This record gives sequence, structure tokens and C-alpha cells, in this order.
Amino acid sequence: MLIFLARRLFQAVLVMLAVAFIAFALFNYVGDPIDSMVGQDTSLADRQQLRQELGLNDSFVVQFARFVGHAARGEFGLSYQQQRPVAQIILERMPATLELSFVSAALALALGVPMGIYTGLHRGSWLSQGLLGLSLVGVSLPTFLIGILLILVFSVDLKWLPSFGRGSVVHFGWWTSGLVTRDGWRAIIMPSVTLALFQMTLIMRLVRAEMIEVLRTDYIKFARARGLTNRAINFGHALKNTLVPVITVAGLQLGSIIAFAIITETVFQWPGMGLMFIQAVSSVDIPVMAAYLMLVGFFFVIINLVVDLLYHVIDPRLRIDREQVGIG
Amino acid sequence: MSSTLVCGSIASRWALADLASSAGAQRWHLALHRVFDSDLWWSFRRSPVTVGAAVISLVMVAAALLAGWIAPHDPFDPASLNLLDATNPPAWLPGGSWRFPLGTDDQGRDILSAILYGSRLSLGIGFAAVLLAMALGVTLGLIAGWRGGLVDTIIMRIADVKLSFPAILIALLIDGVARAMVPHDAQTEIASLVVIAAIVLSSWVQYARTVRASAMVERDKEYIQAARMIGVRPVRIVVGHLLPNAIGPVLVVATINLALAILTEATLSFLGVGLPPTQPSLGTLIRNGNDYLLSGDWWISIFPGVALAVLILSINLLGDWLRDALNPKLR
Repeated sequence: MLIFLARRLFQAVLVMLAVAFIAFALFNYVGDPIDSMVGQDTSLADRQQLRQELGLNDSFVVQFARFVGHAARGEFGLSYQQQRPVAQIILERMPATLELSFVSAALALALGVPMGIYTGLHRGSWLSQGLLGLSLVGVSLPTFLIGILLILVFSVDLKWLPSFGRGSVVHFGWWTSGLVTRDGWRAIIMPSVTLALFQMTLIMRLVRAEMIEVLRTDYIKFARARGLTNRAINFGHALKNTLVPVITVAGLQLGSIIAFAIITETVFQWPGMGLMFIQAVSSVDIPVMAAYLMLVGFFFVIINLVVDLLYHVIDPRLRIDREQVGIG
Repeated sequence: MSSTLVCGSIASRWALADLASSAGAQRWHLALHRVFDSDLWWSFRRSPVTVGAAVISLVMVAAALLAGWIAPHDPFDPASLNLLDATNPPAWLPGGSWRFPLGTDDQGRDILSAILYGSRLSLGIGFAAVLLAMALGVTLGLIAGWRGGLVDTIIMRIADVKLSFPAILIALLIDGVARAMVPHDAQTEIASLVVIAAIVLSSWVQYARTVRASAMVERDKEYIQAARMIGVRPVRIVVGHLLPNAIGPVLVVATINLALAILTEATLSFLGVGLPPTQPSLGTLIRNGNDYLLSGDWWISIFPGVALAVLILSINLLGDWLRDALNPKLR
């Protein structure tokens, strides 16, 4: 177990270094950083001096090491566009994205798993067929189109829900939350549904496929032969064994929710990191892009790591194999 | 490159069939017979949803290809635009006219014509991206699967890292970097190339993994050993023997990825980092119309959106069917 943990940690560090390298390359080789800092009429000598002061004449390795050091402390310099520290901008934007992501993930799990169980148990029923058909439509409808349709129906026609923004937020230290005001809840409904829909269909299809697979196995047949109730078989035996892949996929999907939040945030003008990233891409604000990249890379690595470990904790087969290998 | 070689090998099989029949007139008959008598065609005919999806896809592709002839207006000709025609509703609503069946946008452009030209662009980029990604992925997958060892490890580790990030994020990043490197005035010209590159680099991994898996299975089979034994050059074994036997699953991945590529392009364009308003794809049209949604002019964004959704849905249905039809376990 320890060896496994060490190996995974090592891999995680390698991935982070690779991401850092891309971010670093962005910084240093896309355009001249000096040009983006000083005005047109700065003399060459001044530029040289600034270059020296900023350490841009140092060797590649030294510069990269310095970049990683700064990044680890969350320092990414000033945004070209806003002339403020990038870390500050990101901290302001992070709560909005994280709240949206977690509400969506909760929604996707709370609806996706029961729907998956139902369609897996009642394969022939018209409700299952309908849900499956809908899920295919859900996969094919682009996220932004769902958002636009929701705005059209609930904001423009019915005027029930706000079409943009977070509503009123409450400050808790540096964290701002929209989940404690009525206004904030009204604002989060449409974005979170938009974001959750794709993940929900994915989880539903996965749970369904796993249920069907498990229900075919011998130990379920044996449980039926023993005369256990359907309830005990379906939930006690079958569902338990479908949850391993579900947890893996759901965990990994948390990462892609953060990525897809970029689209949802643009549609609903949600003031999160995704919107910030899109604005940075359109205005070539490299420090913001690099910082976002590093942060999202970090989230992904952490999520992957946790999912791998969870997998290990949940599935006893993996554990025994590893331990035997470890002893032998 | 690889796809032409596959065609070549299929053509040579047909050539053998020709020898057997030896009559030139019977050649096409035989080829048609092979198609219509196959398991694939049978399972196709039996699924009305698939037939419907195929018909819709074909109609949309044809309409996109013929946009120049069948579109009622030329949306890119400024001389034909009249601001008096701006934001006309669709023909069946009060104030609409049959001159613009699906209404007009803020500049008086006909929505129907814009959709036709836009889907041509979306489909073109989708096909180009899928073909290039397939070429790149299949090549890397074959190399990894055939050579094994260090090369395999390196390629597959890159693939692992890439897979742990969603494709849309990677596409956005590549797009952003390209924007930063290319001078501003040249950006609109190469926008479609940048989008294609972004999609290719974010989607090659699936092909590589699929081909690698098949290649590793096939590598140790007798016919490959036999080919080695009689001294066929490795490149020829890989391209001539291994590839045709590993290509089946790739076609399924390619169909599903065509829908994904079109979706990625539309998403990038919708986010404002894809195709510029001067060469609008379906995504750009939706983005443009999104600004007028709140003022009640819903048709500007909804009709291109419906076209996009129908296109993606029918390609997805085809891909689903192809996956099941080629899976012997489900027969």
C-alpha cells in the first residue's frame, strides 16, 4: 500500500511538473514578457537591465526552478489586463466556480444513480426506454445550447429565474457564498442544471450498464436460489458491486465539471474562474492563463490521486493482490 | 496516409474477386452484392432509428455541400444585405415573410442561408479534424503497439496525462496559445486551421489507444509470425497486415468522434475563441444570436442550435449503431 501510494505520488508530481513546464513555456516563449511590461519608448539599455533584474538571462533550468518555486507559493505575477496580482483575481473567482461545480455534482449523483438503478432493473418498461432516449438527446445537445434554451424558457418567456450572475452573495472571510441567500439559490438553479445534465446522463448509463452486468452473475443467481427478497438482492448485493466503477467515474467527472464550467459560466455570465479563463484567452492575458492551467492541473491530479486511493480502499481484490506481491 | 493504404488493401481484395468472375460488367454488381448481402447492411435495415439518422445525416451533408446552389440568399455578399430586413421573424410568425423562411439576424442576413453555409464549415472542420486525428493516433498507436518497450511507454504516458484532462480544456488551451503566437491581423485567416489543430491534438489519444490494443493482440498471431518468417519488411507487415485487422474499432471511434469534433468546434466558436464572425460556423451563429435572446429575437440563435443538435444526434445514433453492429458479442 505504501509503495503504491509513493508511486502514485511520484506520478502526480511528474504530471504537475509537465503542466508547470507548459505554463512556463507559455510565459517565456509566447511573446516577450518585457514587451508586455514596459512602454514603447523604453530604451534598450533599460530593457536589458530589467531583463537582468527579472532573471530572464539566467539559464533555462534556473528560470524553470524559480517559476515552479513561485507557482508553489501561488505567485504568478500581475495580470496584463487588470494590473493586479493573478492570485488575488483567482481567489475572488474560485468560490463561484467551486459552488457551481459541487451543486452540479450533487445534482448529477442524486438524480443519475436512482435513474440508472431503475433503468437497469426494469429494462423493458416504457419509462426506461424514454429515459434512455432522453439521455442520448442529452449527450447530443451541446451544453451551451441547453443553457440558451433554459434562458429562453425560464428567463425570457416565464421570467421566473435570472439569466445571468450569482445573485447576492455573502462574504465569509475571502470566501463568497451565494448558497445562503434566496437570491443566490434562484441564480444557481439554471447554471447547475445545465452543467449537471451531461454528467447525469453519463452516470445513469454507467449505473444501468453495471447493474445489468452484475445481475447476470452467478452469485446473484445463487442469492435468488437462496430465496432472498428482491430488495436485498438488488440493493444489498447488486448495487454494492456496481458502485466501484461509479465512484471512479463520478470522481473523474468532478474534474470535467470544473472544465465544462467554462462553457456554463460563459452562457450565464457566472463570475467564476471559467469566465476569467475565457476572457484571458481572448485578450491573451498569459499570467492568468498560466495560473488557471496550473490550478486546474492541480485539481485534476488531486482528484485522480484520491480516486485511485478510494478504488483501492473499496475494492478488496486490489488490496489483497498488492499485499501478496509486496510480501512475495 | 494510412486511410489510403487501407483503401488500397480493400481494392486489392476486390481485384481478386474480379479475377474470379473475370467479367468487367459483373464487377459492380458483385461489389454491390457484397455490400447489400453483408451482416452490416442487414442490421442497418432492421433498425429504423439508424436508417432515419442516416437519411438525416446524408440530407444535412448534401445540403451543406450544395449551400452555394440551394441557399436562397448569399449571406456573405454585403450588397444583398438590407438593414431594413434586420431581425425579421420566421415566415409563419406575424411580421415574417417567405423571403426569409427562418427569419433574419441583426444585419438582415437570412438565417436559413447562414445555417447552410455554417454547417458546411462545421462539417468540413469536423471531417478534417477527425481524419487528421485518426492519421496521427493510428500511426502513434501502431508504433507503440508494434515496437513496445520504451517507445510504447513514452507514447502511452503522454496519452495518460492527456486523458486526465478533458478534451475541451486542451482545445481551449491550444487555441489560446495559438492566439498568443499569431499576430492579430492574421488570426481570422488561420482561425479554422487553429481550431482543427486544437481538436486533433485533443482527440488523437483514443485512436492511439484503440489501435495499440488491437496491434498488441494481433502482433503475436500466426499470420504475422508467418509474414515475419518469410521475410516481409516490418513496415509492410504493420501497414499491410496489422493495420487492416486493427482498423475496425477505429472506425467506430471515428464516427463518434466526428460528432465530438463538430461539438468541440461549435463550443470553441460559441465561446468566441473559434471561428470569427466573418466566417460563421454554426457555433458562431449561435453566439451571435445569443446577444439578441433577451430582447425576444430567439430565432437567431435557436435555429442554428437546432441544426447543430440534429446533426450531432444523428451522427451519434449512427456511431452507436456501428459500435453495436461491429461487436460480435452482441450478435
